[in-house]
Amino acid sequence: MNDPIGNEMYSLHVNGQDRAVMDAWVGESLLYVLRERLGLPGAKGACEQGECGSCTVLMDGDAVCSCLVMAATAVGSEIVTVEGLVEQNPTMAVTAHAITSQVTDVQQAFITEGGVQCGFCTPGLIVAVHHLLDKNPDPTELEVKESISGNICRCTGYGRIFAAVEAVVQVRKANS
Amino acid sequence: MTVAIPLTISEALDALSSNPDARLIQGGTDMMVEINFNHLKPHNIIALRRIKELRTWTKNTDGSITIGAGVPYQEMETGELKQLVPALAEAARTVGSPQIRAAGTLGGNLGTCSPAGDGLPVLFAVDAVVHLQSNEVSRQLSIHDFMLGVKRNARNANEIITAVTIPVLNGWQGYTKVGVRNAMVISVASACLAVDKPTKSVRIALGAVGPTIIRCRDAESWLTQQFDLSTSTKIELDLAKEFGRRVALESKPIDDHRSTAEYRRHAVSVLAQRLITRAYPS
Ligand SMILES: Cc1cc2nc3c(=O)[nH]c(=O)nc-3n(C[C@H](O)[C@H](O)[C@H](O)COP(=O)(O)OP(=O)(O)OC[C@H]3O[C@@H](n4cnc5c(N)ncnc54)[C@H](O)[C@@H]3O)c2cc1C
Ligand code: FES
Ligand code: FES
Repeated sequence: MNDPIGNEMYSLHVNGQDRAVMDAWVGESLLYVLRERLGLPGAKGACEQGECGSCTVLMDGDAVCSCLVMAATAVGSEIVTVEGLVEQNPTMAVTAHAITSQVTDVQQAFITEGGVQCGFCTPGLIVAVHHLLDKNPDPTELEVKESISGNICRCTGYGRIFAAVEAVVQVRKANS
Repeated sequence: MTVAIPLTISEALDALSSNPDARLIQGGTDMMVEINFNHLKPHNIIALRRIKELRTWTKNTDGSITIGAGVPYQEMETGELKQLVPALAEAARTVGSPQIRAAGTLGGNLGTCSPAGDGLPVLFAVDAVVHLQSNEVSRQLSIHDFMLGVKRNARNANEIITAVTIPVLNGWQGYTKVGVRNAMVISVASACLAVDKPTKSVRIALGAVGPTIIRCRDAESWLTQQFDLSTSTKIELDLAKEFGRRVALESKPIDDHRSTAEYRRHAVSVLAQRLITRAYPS
């Protein structure tokens, strides 16, 4: 067993890098640590009780609510946030307001299909959709619905989001 | 506050015996909600998630299976576990959302022991056995002796729930629940029904309609006398309805923020009728 972690430094493996977490209370959630300690504000906090999915990240390959993970217990786990998806996925450049950034194919499809309104749910949905399509490249409609049933969007009504998922499926099929 | 991350059960038990006030955390889907909302400020935490022994399941020589306390629901939803214990797969699939099912476990459901816990009616219906281990002894308790009341169980503070043994029955089984919507819902009333043809028995257990899960023994034995559970293929509507009515009589629901006692009693009669009809459809 590793030595117990107290209120001192510990290290998390996030988006392929070891990141030191300093001066944190060890009961903090992974969501809080990502946002407030590690400067990764992609995962959003809305409910902090597992209901909304806006904080979804990948942990050891599973999509989980980072608000329900005690960060100090994630030592040794592989964590991928929405910021880290760009490295692992087909990407393209988008330019908006004279800023060019790289986005993944799923993010691009959300933009093209209009799957983003206020955008608060978007990072969690992007992670959940990547997770779905990596495991199941050609999901049925029910599988898509079930896989994002833990991600609440109160703006779009989901129609544009389903369209975005379908668009990614078609593009990936055509490219494979 | 400290967090220990043991890699084996025995390391976890050592950590627990040197820190008797430590709280165990597995998937965190119950405990982190309490911590995030300042309802709980544990002094010491022992995180069980890296203990491989807790995350596996095995088949026993008597045909039963033993599922580690740390196996997440998502592994029960599909594959061989679904074949062996279909009611558990159905119950697992109703838990929260995919994110919750990737993290939440039977160990945590048993640790919390909420009457609305979706794993528990299945464990009651099949007469599961809970494995508890401390540094001094290991013991096995029937689920009926383990759950004592609302969020109360027979676990001693120095014990870890290591696994649950589930008999594999021969007959139809299923789980169903009522809530305000399909995804992400704590049950308002739930029921698990399991038939065992060789012993001509039917078991029905109700969730969220009493301080513990309720086995409806009177309705079970009544149905056994009315109906041949091993050879019949179809149950008549009247018989299914009467079974539902008798099941509801054994429920002990209360009014609370999720529903009323009256609605819950009605709901379990409908659930029981539906389950027995699914078991004997035609
Ligand atoms: C959004 C949301 C939706 C939910 N929906 C459902 C639902 O539909 N149905 C349902 O049943 N539940 C639901 N839950 C509750 C929760 O997911 C389940 O009770 C789950 O089984 C808890 O497992 P866990 O491993 O995450 O528990 P944890 O939070 O890690 O632990 C829960 C309790 O059990 C104790 N414990 C854990 N493991 C052990 C062990 N091995 N030995 C001894 N004690 C232990 C802990 O000390 C703690 O007191 C939901 C929760 C959330 C946040
Ligand atoms: S903030 Fe984690 S699920 Fe809502
Ligand atoms: S876009 Fe506003 S919540 Fe989904």
